[in-house]
Amino acid sequence: MTILDFTAVVAAVSFGAGLLGSLTGLGGGVVLVPLLTLLFHVDIRYAIGASLVSVIATSSGAAAAYVKEGFSNIRIGMFLEIATTVGALCGAFLATRIPTSALATIFGGVLLYSAFLSRKPRPLDQRDLPPDPLATRLRLNGNFPEGGRKRKYNVQHVPAGFSLMFGAGALSGLLGIGSGAVKVLAMDQAMRIPFKVSTTTSNFMIGVTAAASAGVYLNRGYVDPGLAMPVMLGVLGGSLLGSRILVKAETKSLRLVFSVVILALGLQMLYKGLWGRI
Amino acid sequence: MPPTGGQPSQSQSFQPQPWRDRRLELILGNLLRAGVLLSAAVVLAGAGVYLSRHAHEAANYRVFRGEPADYRTVSGVIHSVWSGRGQGLIQLGLLLLIATPIARVAFSVVGFSIERDRMYVIFTVIVLVVLLFSLLGSGMGV
Repeated sequence: MTILDFTAVVAAVSFGAGLLGSLTGLGGGVVLVPLLTLLFHVDIRYAIGASLVSVIATSSGAAAAYVKEGFSNIRIGMFLEIATTVGALCGAFLATRIPTSALATIFGGVLLYSAFLSRKPRPLDQRDLPPDPLATRLRLNGNFPEGGRKRKYNVQHVPAGFSLMFGAGALSGLLGIGSGAVKVLAMDQAMRIPFKVSTTTSNFMIGVTAAASAGVYLNRGYVDPGLAMPVMLGVLGGSLLGSRILVKAETKSLRLVFSVVILALGLQMLYKGLWGRI
Repeated sequence: MPPTGGQPSQSQSFQPQPWRDRRLELILGNLLRAGVLLSAAVVLAGAGVYLSRHAHEAANYRVFRGEPADYRTVSGVIHSVWSGRGQGLIQLGLLLLIATPIARVAFSVVGFSIERDRMYVIFTVIVLVVLLFSLLGSGMGV
């Protein structure tokens, strides 16, 4: 394949991944690395470097739209970013030391978990939880507009959420993904942050977390300009288009299709990783 | 860590998100979007140069070789942009992209200082140091 063909095809696939990722809310990064390695036979390290860059692009590109909704909590985000950035740094350093087959195996596991999580209904927001002393001291509790009124929320289980966020950051740095699935686990399940607040805050954090590991990847020579260019431009274009049509589109069946794709990619990554074919 | 040491004038009542937070976030959100669009434009320009010269060579990413020093460090990237290479321009765009969330964190330090929120100034500075170490320091001593 010539560089021109390769660039065009990778840009088109990345555009599709960005579009589907933003329409379904599952993120495009998670399918990008398996697609690049399985379909285009790109070395997984180059694929992770390119994917990481595209994760920053989608997160920062969507930030303005999310802020206008007025749900994100800048203090929760900044406090948890201590955990995610340190985790991302650890993950990125670890990625340069472990064999690619191990990377593929872990990636397969994360894909299967994401597919499982995308089929599970979200737990209902619990209202009127008592304030937690640590969360109060850290000033994490907040409010957001709902039905013309302000709804207050009290953040719970700060240490558990903080530790899970370290794990989310480490996975992000190790695999070059946004690891939204683990962030949901930490913020929704452990810290009991209302859904609207946690998704918008998590989008903000994803870009900062990815930037923490992107530096390491760049310095180690994992970010190839010829590959990162079509991936970044494609994913950015796809996700920007996706956020425009998001309101009108019927996403339920799309989510099902996308989670089947994630499941299939996960199985294949697991197979290739375990049998050392990558 | 006491929340606000020695500032009796500051209200300790339950008001975690004053209106300034929101205005600050709006500015930051627009800043991020502008940064992303700028970096995409630079990457696109680099793509033009790169493709006009290398379009018909064979693409090969099967074997990991690692990038040359010119595409790995901030100074190397600037050097290769000066020599007019498309790949250098692409890497410059990617550096701008990595810089957008870092700029957001840096502006948050300012925002929290204006709000005299000492605890969050410290938190934000920690995040900023981690980010700067990753971008500027992680290539050394390897």
